[in-house]
Amino acid sequence: MADVTDQTFESEVMKSATPVLVDFWAVWCGPCQVQGPIVEEVAAAVGEKAKVVKLNVDENPVHAQKFGVMSIPTLMIFKGGTVVKQFIGVTSKDVLVSELTKLIS
Amino acid sequence: MMYDVVIIGSGPAGYTAALYTSRAFLKTLILSGLVPGGQLTTTTEVDNFPGFPKGILGSQLVMDMKTQTERFGTEIRNSVVSSVSKSPDGTFILTTDGGEVRTKTVIIATGASAMYLGLPSEEKLRGKGVSACATCDGFFFRGKVVVVIGGGDTAMEEATFLTKFSPKVTIIHRRDEFRASAIMLDRAKKDPRIAFLTNKIVEEIVGETEVTGIRLKDAKTGEVIEYPTQGVFLAIGHKPNTEFLKGFVDLDPKGYVVVTRAASPLSPQTETAVPGVFAAGDCVDPRYRQAIVAAGQGCMAAMDAEKYIETHGTENHA
Repeated sequence: MADVTDQTFESEVMKSATPVLVDFWAVWCGPCQVQGPIVEEVAAAVGEKAKVVKLNVDENPVHAQKFGVMSIPTLMIFKGGTVVKQFIGVTSKDVLVSELTKLIS
Repeated sequence: MMYDVVIIGSGPAGYTAALYTSRAFLKTLILSGLVPGGQLTTTTEVDNFPGFPKGILGSQLVMDMKTQTERFGTEIRNSVVSSVSKSPDGTFILTTDGGEVRTKTVIIATGASAMYLGLPSEEKLRGKGVSACATCDGFFFRGKVVVVIGGGDTAMEEATFLTKFSPKVTIIHRRDEFRASAIMLDRAKKDPRIAFLTNKIVEEIVGETEVTGIRLKDAKTGEVIEYPTQGVFLAIGHKPNTEFLKGFVDLDPKGYVVVTRAASPLSPQTETAVPGVFAAGDCVDPRYRQAIVAAGQGCMAAMDAEKYIETHGTENHA
């Protein structure tokens, strides 16, 4: 699964043609270690129809701050450059896949 | 498909139970629930679980437990159980978000969750300055002043942890006596970055899109003040995750699962009011609440379930 950074966020997320799920995470965050494999499963389930990426908040503080992330894991779904859905705390594969599926045209 | 054992919950109680039942060649399924890995995933270093002389990260410990159960064939699903019922043939049906599951025995190991105050303002600002997990969210409060609500060990631990990021942490407690152990309280009191406000009851968390303050009422004088803060960390205790079991097994007034604790030490100690349903870990234990205790109880529940299947096995022909 791809990592996005403060440098690539604009092109990879904001300008993406497909919906993007961004997992805001950090190495020291226990629940994020649980969320990681779930997000991998989501990526496998949605295939090419949506993008699934993660952003390390330690290394990329600009975008974590810009989107008001104050708790991790936070998961945001972007479509057309705007946040359309946000989840705080560990979120199940079923919920994420169903929300992404709704946005896939 | 009929499982021998379905374990609801994926903390140390659940994984230890699974380790025992799958090593005993019982067909075992874990339904991990809303927080896979449970409360250990929200702690930092665990130094009181024997076998790790240098300590181990809580999340690593529970991930290792998971891997160990999988080695013996435990199946794990990230499902949430909404109800459990007993069918006429004595087996059990669990309704989950991933469909129905049938099993000969059930082990309840659902653990406990951090309690919230129950204020609408708190709900609105959750993840926007309101948190029940300093180790998860403390990082976002670098250079910001924060408060910790509570008077127990968790409150002291969270406050001490938050001083890594925050220049000023205030512990707000509704009484002037603390439940916290002497050593934890002393450590917090000696820390110049930690202040205490006692006899203060939280009335409201203030802020529109982010927390800006907290409204407090003095328990003695009734005086109301607004205390500026950018973060509110709750450490007011835990409640067992047993809501969905109401009416199925016996729960005590606080929601803990009641187990038989039979008088004879030779009888099962983890069976609930419903034969074939066992319980272990923080969902039965308001007193010790330790990973190692949960693991021990998980082992007991597994052995009780195993014995139950041995004696009732011929009755279940599904």
